[in-house]
Amino acid sequence: MTDTIIAVEAPAPAPVTSWRRAGRRFARHRMAVIGAVMVGVFLVVALFGPYVVGSPSRLGLTDILAPPSGAHWLGTDDLGRDVFARLCNGARVSLLAGVVSTALAMLIGVPLGLAAGYWSGWTDSVLMRVNDVVLSFPYLVFAVGMAAILGPSLRNVIIALAVAEIPSVVRIVRGETLALRRQDFVRAAIADGARDLAVMGRSILPNMTNTLIVKATVAIPAGILGEAALSFLGLGVQPPQASWGVMLTSAQQFLAQDPLLAIFPGVAIALTTLGFNLLGDGLRDVLDPREAR
Amino acid sequence: MIEFLLRRTGTAVVTVVLASIAVFLGVRALPGDPAVVLAGEDPTPEAVAAIRHQFGLDKPLPIQYLDYVGQALHGNLGFSTQDKAPVTTILSERLPVTLELTFLAILVGVLVGIAAGVASAVRRGTAVDYAANGFGLFGLSIPHFWLGLVGIVIFSVHWHVLPSSGFVGLADDPLGNLERMVMPALVLGLGMAAVVMRQTRSSLLSQLGADYVRTARAKGLRRPRQVGHALRNSLTTVTTVIGLHLAALISGAVIVEQIFVIPGFGKLIVDGVSSRNYPVIQGAVLVAVVGYVVINLLVDVAYAYLDPRQRTAGGAE
Repeated sequence: MTDTIIAVEAPAPAPVTSWRRAGRRFARHRMAVIGAVMVGVFLVVALFGPYVVGSPSRLGLTDILAPPSGAHWLGTDDLGRDVFARLCNGARVSLLAGVVSTALAMLIGVPLGLAAGYWSGWTDSVLMRVNDVVLSFPYLVFAVGMAAILGPSLRNVIIALAVAEIPSVVRIVRGETLALRRQDFVRAAIADGARDLAVMGRSILPNMTNTLIVKATVAIPAGILGEAALSFLGLGVQPPQASWGVMLTSAQQFLAQDPLLAIFPGVAIALTTLGFNLLGDGLRDVLDPREAR
Repeated sequence: MIEFLLRRTGTAVVTVVLASIAVFLGVRALPGDPAVVLAGEDPTPEAVAAIRHQFGLDKPLPIQYLDYVGQALHGNLGFSTQDKAPVTTILSERLPVTLELTFLAILVGVLVGIAAGVASAVRRGTAVDYAANGFGLFGLSIPHFWLGLVGIVIFSVHWHVLPSSGFVGLADDPLGNLERMVMPALVLGLGMAAVVMRQTRSSLLSQLGADYVRTARAKGLRRPRQVGHALRNSLTTVTTVIGLHLAALISGAVIVEQIFVIPGFGKLIVDGVSSRNYPVIQGAVLVAVVGYVVINLLVDVAYAYLDPRQRTAGGAE
């Protein structure tokens, strides 16, 4: 803000150098790198795991609730199905739920937030009232209601989680838009006769990429936890399909005989969310130096 | 202040009205016809039509909504399709249970969270700090329902020190009730403790670096007094986070009640969904939303009272 002329002449900071600098800062951030590695492992397992491991639904009725062994690395469940194979397939369900629900929420929330922040006035008032209504439902109560209306399935869980996530995206984008709209380079673009959509797309949106990336690292694990919770409650992915939440539900009946059955899916959920949280914390420090300690 | 109160209450009322319409339409959108459910096994079309007429289900939707709101304002939220009990009676039995659970969870969250946050900020960079940070990150990442299951495995199945289910009312058997609430409250509270710890740590650290603390140090004030001054100023942001976390707590209660078989609000909603008990879902979700909006209103008013700057900032921000 100290040098107005430069700000007007260079609407977006030169991307290459700033990204390279952010990359270097990231590499020095130990926790962020650990988080990135954990997320990477999760991605590899979710994308390729199901092709490598055996079938997650092959029954082995002679081999029920077996402890970990060479044949079944993590043992078998109450129907003799391989727990490791089910975990790998569950990872794919989690990845889908987290990433697709976040992408949908962004796809709808970002334009709405831009509109609310840019055209203040009644567009803003109407959008924010609707936003308040959705936010007045506790997240899981809303998702449970949506899942109940739509019926239990992975696709509907993703829709429910996406809709529940939209208001927070709208709120963040609106706030950023309000702040950016007052900046000189945006005012210059408007004064230059650029149309509203062009200002939003070329001047405002590119300057909130960092915020959106950080938001995604919060929203994806929230989606993963949401899918697990809904499936755990019986409102999401239906057995026999494997999902970490479904695995925990069936493990609940065998806590006394085979507690390991409840341990593995939980560890998978916890490590995946932890990875995203570490990555998100790191990215916030790296991409948003104002927020850095 | 009065203008702020009116404006903020106005938006809260609008939100509640819109949310009640959303709940009403949402319940109508649920699969299955309530009239068919009420008519019992193999209903004749005449019987269904009669029930539809009896409950006003044949009227236009806006009229049905106004009827519902009119009845609701008179304390009648309809009747459960399961045992024909009034929904208000069921809610008044379930609500105290969830309130007790969330109250205990907040207690755990605030006490553990602030203590851990202060310890890690004061002993920054030491083992205490790393342990508290680790606790914070794990607390954020571990889902309630898994922590609950692991708790049951350890404390109920292996050590037999705490019961895993079998709820008793606080009034009937206070000790038995608390014994059964310990694990659910800890499970629900630890997630909050993690959030509170992280917020306490970061705001206390920034306050400890402020000029007034340096002045206090220069005056020769002892370290605990310095921390006391700084803590007081960091607690405003911590309060904000606690307020924001209430919604997450309600979501968590839905799950925790399911695991520990606690007959509270969350279990009521989930059971209502699986048994298609629409009047109960409608009443429970409505009360949850109204309660949540009112709490948010009270929190905002409290801030405005404590910090006059909030009054002009516009409640929407």
